[in-house]
Amino acid sequence: MICLIEKLKKEYLGRSIVTLLGIVIILVTLSITGFLFYKGLGTFVTYNHSVWEFLFSSDWKPADNFDGGGKVGAAIFIVGSLLISFLALLIATPFSIASAVFMTEISPILGKKLLQPAIGIFVGIPSVVYGWVGLTVLVPAIAHVFNLPYGFSVLAGGIVLALMIFPTITSVSVDAIENVDNGYKEASYALGTTRWQYIYKVMLPSATSGILTGVILGLARAFGEALAVAMVIGKMQTFPDNILSATNNMTAEIASDMGNSAQGGEFNDALWSMALLLLIISFIFILIMRIIAKKGEEVK
Amino acid sequence: MKSEHKNAIVADKIATVILYCIAGFFLLLLAGFTAYIIVKGIMAYQPGIFSFERTGIGVELFNTVYLVLISLIISVPIGVGAGIYMAEYAKAGKVTNYLRICIETLSSLPSIVIGLFGYLVFIYMTGSKYNLFAGALAVSILSLPLLTTVTEDAIRAVPSIYKEGSLAVGATHWQTIVQICLPVATPRIITGVILAAGRGFGEAAALLYTAGMSSNVNLNIWNPFDPMSLLCPFRPGDTLALHIWALKTESMTPNADQIANFSAAVLLVLIFAFSLGSRLLGARLDRKMSGK
Repeated sequence: MICLIEKLKKEYLGRSIVTLLGIVIILVTLSITGFLFYKGLGTFVTYNHSVWEFLFSSDWKPADNFDGGGKVGAAIFIVGSLLISFLALLIATPFSIASAVFMTEISPILGKKLLQPAIGIFVGIPSVVYGWVGLTVLVPAIAHVFNLPYGFSVLAGGIVLALMIFPTITSVSVDAIENVDNGYKEASYALGTTRWQYIYKVMLPSATSGILTGVILGLARAFGEALAVAMVIGKMQTFPDNILSATNNMTAEIASDMGNSAQGGEFNDALWSMALLLLIISFIFILIMRIIAKKGEEVK
Repeated sequence: MKSEHKNAIVADKIATVILYCIAGFFLLLLAGFTAYIIVKGIMAYQPGIFSFERTGIGVELFNTVYLVLISLIISVPIGVGAGIYMAEYAKAGKVTNYLRICIETLSSLPSIVIGLFGYLVFIYMTGSKYNLFAGALAVSILSLPLLTTVTEDAIRAVPSIYKEGSLAVGATHWQTIVQICLPVATPRIITGVILAAGRGFGEAAALLYTAGMSSNVNLNIWNPFDPMSLLCPFRPGDTLALHIWALKTESMTPNADQIANFSAAVLLVLIFAFSLGSRLLGARLDRKMSGK
């Protein structure tokens, strides 16, 4: 009996507590997912809209009451999110990979001493500060350069997001490049390749799966960012004509209208459906990353 | 053949120059970005801007630190505990795999989505007004994955001879964890905690509908249970990051731009001080723990 109590104190109590804490994390995740599905499906179950309408119609006039009957086509926001995120990716990826190559192959000393801490600082800057600088510097600059009345645009959002995801893609790419077998490098140099030939033809191809993971992580971050984008996107409820026109995206719309709509009304439920869509998209990103990681292991 | 080789060398030189340029460009960009915010902030300084009145940002600064402190009190025990479980007790299997997926999901959820969840569960379902505590809970959820992974990595990095030694002299698994692994892993865990705090300082989207966008306090009340008191966690309170957003979207003060500039600078300095502090502390603890 005494032995059991002793053992309880020395082992089982602590073990049960940490196991319980692990379960807490599972429960939190499950309840977030559960509540999002419960609220997000309201548009389709309570107010009888079709998923097709939500995804592909651009008619967005949800009724802010409990009778329904409005229009919940969220295509403008979805297209806005997609455009801005992919534009950000397009801008950030080449720079990120170049920086990662610089930090690992060209000048590891400068990389460790200067770029690594700099990237740490980039990560630490809060998104509202990016948004604020985007609003006060970038937006007027775009208006000036392209002779527009306002600079709020897809381009402004893309640039702000590119800055925000640059550190993510870079640091994951650095890890991927550092994981490349050193024997490859020695073999390449022994065959007489230049440094660039090695980087371009051997190192980058073998680090591809790791770099892709970084790109997807960056894309996920860009997709979910709300306030920084909301500050520079212009919040116009139209499809953009080109990258210089204003539009709106899902996160900005949720952020600006969630507080002004009656909880449980059609408008509110439609916003929840957008949040649910964001959740599903982040699931898809996780899935893609898992597949890439698995493929990468198989190749090895 | 010879010219081909020459071309390769020229290409190598060009690529090197381009890569140097890109790296330099980013360093300059960051330096410019930071300098711009700090200089703008200094230029916006006016006496009394730190005051706790409506025109100052004293309350917001206090809210920021207070909210992050509360969130750490909640999230650190859970995160560290779950991290210990993952590193030491979790057996390879369905549940562990599931927990890993949960952590991955949490870490990739957009913060606005967590803010909405917080609004629904901590505000709407409990029938309360926006409050700092609800905001702290939302930020806790955001920092859980980071804390868990950092702890797990830190404990896994403890050399196995330490553990084997402890187990060999008759300590239980749990005693080994608490008395050997945790102390050795502490520097890395603390670095993770500070990283989480830094993110908390800058978080805004998750607080939009949980902590609220305004503060209304009476500085003569010091009873922490009074909803007008500065110390009460169950009152609406906007943090610095949210203050910048609120100034931009629904500002009524005439010098909103000035205050936003100054707030951004203060926020940045706060975060830099923290990340610098974590590096110094980490290095120092590391030296101490490894007995050098």
